[in-house]
Amino acid sequence: MARFTILSPTAILGYGFPESSFERGLAHNPDLIAVDAGSADPGPYYLGAGKSFTDRAAVRRDLSLLLRASVSRGIPLVIGSAGGAGAQPHLQWTVDIVKELADELALSFRLGIIAADVAGEVLLQGLQQHRVEALTGAAPLTADILYQTGAMVAQMGVEPIQQALNAGCDVVVAGRAYDPAVFAALPMLRGYDAGLALHLGKILECAAIAASPGSGADCALGILEEDRFILQPLSESRSFTPASVAAHTLYEKSDPYILPGPGGSLDLRNVSFENIGEGRVAVSGSCFTPSEDYYLKIEGARRVGYRSIAIAGIRDPIMIASIAEILEQVRSRVNELHPAGLQQGSLHFHVYGRDAVMGDREPQREKLSHELGIVIDTVCPDPEAADTLCSLTRSTLLHFGYGGRIATAGNLAFPFSPSDLRAGEVYEFSVYHLLQTDALSLFPLSIVEL
Amino acid sequence: MACLQDIALVVRSKNTSPFTYSLDIMFREASDYADFKSRKLIDKALIAELYGMAQEQVLDIIFFDPALAIKICLPREISSGAPGDRDVYGAQQHAPLLLWNFTHAGN
Repeated sequence: MARFTILSPTAILGYGFPESSFERGLAHNPDLIAVDAGSADPGPYYLGAGKSFTDRAAVRRDLSLLLRASVSRGIPLVIGSAGGAGAQPHLQWTVDIVKELADELALSFRLGIIAADVAGEVLLQGLQQHRVEALTGAAPLTADILYQTGAMVAQMGVEPIQQALNAGCDVVVAGRAYDPAVFAALPMLRGYDAGLALHLGKILECAAIAASPGSGADCALGILEEDRFILQPLSESRSFTPASVAAHTLYEKSDPYILPGPGGSLDLRNVSFENIGEGRVAVSGSCFTPSEDYYLKIEGARRVGYRSIAIAGIRDPIMIASIAEILEQVRSRVNELHPAGLQQGSLHFHVYGRDAVMGDREPQREKLSHELGIVIDTVCPDPEAADTLCSLTRSTLLHFGYGGRIATAGNLAFPFSPSDLRAGEVYEFSVYHLLQTDALSLFPLSIVEL
Repeated sequence: MACLQDIALVVRSKNTSPFTYSLDIMFREASDYADFKSRKLIDKALIAELYGMAQEQVLDIIFFDPALAIKICLPREISSGAPGDRDVYGAQQHAPLLLWNFTHAGN
């Protein structure tokens, strides 16, 4: 019976994995080692600023084990969403580490590098030709937004990765990719069912998170057969159960039955999960429905300013009792003193102990704690303006003569000196849209012999 | 009266995109899940009340039998990581579900 075995070492490249689990996975002679390196979860900063949210030393450690196993055993290695956000700086950052390790470990292989950056003109043209659709919650795209968006990537499907594998690449480092594609590209090329391969990829991209107990820093094995796939743990302390796998299917998805991706949707309405013993679960019934037109998800981040913050505590019960009014009065006072600050920038008070986490959706905001933590958060077009707005707000709040005050020496307990900190550039997701296009033209492949 | 933490295996929240998040409830017992599903205990009106929003803002409520789970999809007020955001990963928005009291079928 035909079987295709995939070893997923860790949920995110750089999160680490036990060598013992990895060795146990290698003992199954996998046909592919694949790993997802990215996520949009940490927010727009990393895409916008071209930085990785994972640590270089940690990524280097994971990659050294993966490269050594892959090259010495002739197992293809596919890495998706390189460097976290998968744009050019992230891709380069990852490729630099791969080259460094190849040199250090004296490994020789063919490296495929797939970029996923999207130029503004591509979307502008798509916009003019009505090939762009906003995803839920995203604002309609305009030429202005595109002009302000510095970094933009498309999530590739299986096709660009298959192109690299067909070109004989032993190791593929891909920019932003649809997570399951990293795992499904090779088995689909070998004729395995797209629905099963993509569903398996959807689970393996989180490695052992779908096991019980779950972990993002442990390996998992997936075995694809003709009409089902099997999930197998690689640590004695974990097992996959129908419940743990079904539960994972819900994770980070708005609809657990229909999961749209590049070129079509994964349909899980008829899926079944079966316990087949030894901590393994067999999954069948997943199917892929190609869409009429090919759509890719585009992510873009634009810089909206620079942030300065001040952190302080409040312990005075008289002040705490009327904190909401006091902060509104302070905001008005700051606006009177420095109107330009609030016209050009923004001021937010994050009041921990009241509603810092949930804001207007907090049902218990009137149930105040005996002590409040406050973060004065100012975002302005340049760092100096953010400093000015932050400093003025901090000093106004510190000495504000609120109604009923009897503690006249100062309203805030600062844990630090200096009280004000620069928090750097601030970005927002400005593009989160679908673009009707084709599977390959946005993802140029370059090949390097190492 | 009962509350979800007494009968649920998982109650969590997490971004489903930079603009939306999902509340997931997974039950320990199939009977509790079936009871919630048949009595429609969790609907848009309840979520709107618990989260202080209009019913129309609740994007979706989906029952997922294989995981004995209910998924509630909500829009973010501010997109992940943009100025004024409060929870970049959307991982701490589930508490109102835990505070909610309901009549348990077993009571």
